[in-house]
Amino acid sequence: MSEFLSPRTLAEALKLRSAHPDFTVLSGGTDLMVRATERDYPVGTIDVFSLKEMRGVCESDAALSIGASTPYADLLRSDVVLTMLPNLHAAIREIGAVQIQERGTIGGNIGTSSPVGDTLPCLLALDAEVELRSQNNTRRVAYSDFCTGYRKTQLGADELITAIHIPRPAKGTRLFWRKIGTRRAQAISKVMGAASFRIEEGVVSHARIALGAVADRPRRVEAAEQRIQGEKPSERLATEVAAIVRSDVKPIDDVRSTASYRLDVAVNIVRRFVLELV
Amino acid sequence: MKIRMQVNGAARELETEPMRRLLDVLREDCGLTGTKEGCGEGECGACTVLIDGKPVNSCLVPVGQVHEAELLTVEGLSDGELLTDVQRALVEHGGAQCGICTPGIAVTAESLIRREKNLDHARIRELLAGNLCRCTGYQRVVEAVAEAAAKRGGAGDE
Ligand SMILES: Cc1cc2nc3c(=O)[nH]c(=O)nc-3n(C[C@H](O)[C@H](O)[C@H](O)COP(=O)(O)OP(=O)(O)OC[C@H]3O[C@@H](n4cnc5c(N)ncnc54)[C@H](O)[C@@H]3O)c2cc1C
Ligand code: FES
Ligand code: FES
Repeated sequence: MSEFLSPRTLAEALKLRSAHPDFTVLSGGTDLMVRATERDYPVGTIDVFSLKEMRGVCESDAALSIGASTPYADLLRSDVVLTMLPNLHAAIREIGAVQIQERGTIGGNIGTSSPVGDTLPCLLALDAEVELRSQNNTRRVAYSDFCTGYRKTQLGADELITAIHIPRPAKGTRLFWRKIGTRRAQAISKVMGAASFRIEEGVVSHARIALGAVADRPRRVEAAEQRIQGEKPSERLATEVAAIVRSDVKPIDDVRSTASYRLDVAVNIVRRFVLELV
Repeated sequence: MKIRMQVNGAARELETEPMRRLLDVLREDCGLTGTKEGCGEGECGACTVLIDGKPVNSCLVPVGQVHEAELLTVEGLSDGELLTDVQRALVEHGGAQCGICTPGIAVTAESLIRREKNLDHARIRELLAGNLCRCTGYQRVVEAVAEAAAKRGGAGDE
């Protein structure tokens, strides 16, 4: 029989995590349990889904902090997520269907860090930081550094993802989200994009553009961001930025889509984001 | 691992491998075969049960996670032969044909009606998107759920 540990407090969870680095961390199970009967049981499991200290949304002047074990359904019901981070809210609304939203968590999306994880481009566009804790240490890592490759992260064997911190968007910031899949619910994305643009006196003073499903991991398009910064939004600018995306992004063919379709969609998503500013 | 849970209002206690799927424990250990397996990957919703009132895919939940939880399966909806309004509407509208998706739809729809008022067709379609059906084409399911929701007069629990 495999061991199943259900810590009641975060301190207890971190102690168990350091004592059992070979155990699987389980949250909502919507990634880990897929086709579970085709695999052996893990040696042991540490269940963090119900940990109160890792749940909920906390708003401060500077940031919004989201507990890693907060299910999507709770985030969808949160007014502050909707008003402060409408692009993240929109992304979550399109994840799975109600059954997945009741169980799936943002910590699990980050833990898996699949190129098609839908919250991840938003986290990049929002300059989010992942909070990682071990028994004796707490650190914060920008999501852009946390994900290091195809479903690879820098999570330590004694660490848990405990929260995600998102700086409050500055005044004049416009946030965007767009997902293209085969249907609206329950479809894995072919391409998705998120963006954050701050406009000051008609000029873009801060730009973040992130795409999912176009590389081995969610990525920003820095060259496009730099092109926009300091500019006044215009149709011409949108066209130029789209051209940068076309030369900078190198998607792949797979069962869900082709490279050339993905590239066209990515280019169009970013062009439309910029056109929305005009 | 020893698991204690409430299933359809009755206390159950069993000793089992904690990583077994709740779906299998319900069907094999509890004899509650109303909950169906369609896909085993969270896509089809045939295995939907309520955990503490929330609709979830029981194929994705290891039984270790429902220790001390309250579960409702399709067997817990009706009162013996007396069907719920949602179940009756599904029958009357032809919202159940081969029936494999029906337990999951009945359970999901029950939770939606309890939790949300003013369910229109578009919202019902959105909320039932995780319950696949190969027979009905959904229209009759949506009509049935809308009728049951309207009859309860939007008297949601929340
Ligand atoms: C039918 C279906 C539809 C889906 N649709 C979408 C979709 O549209 N968009 C999308 O992005 N995803 C989708 N998913 C994938 C999945 O629901 C999400 O990735 C979800 O966020 C995973 O969260 P979880 O809590 O269930 O993770 P789990 O399965 O519990 O864990 C996932 C991974 O993260 C690790 N982990 C979890 N929590 C922690 C923690 N606190 N600390 C350290 N490691 C941790 C686990 O060890 C595991 O490696 C879908 C899945 C299914 C089955
Ligand atoms: S069997 Fe669980 S969702 Fe299909
Ligand atoms: S009635 Fe046959 S799958 Fe729905």
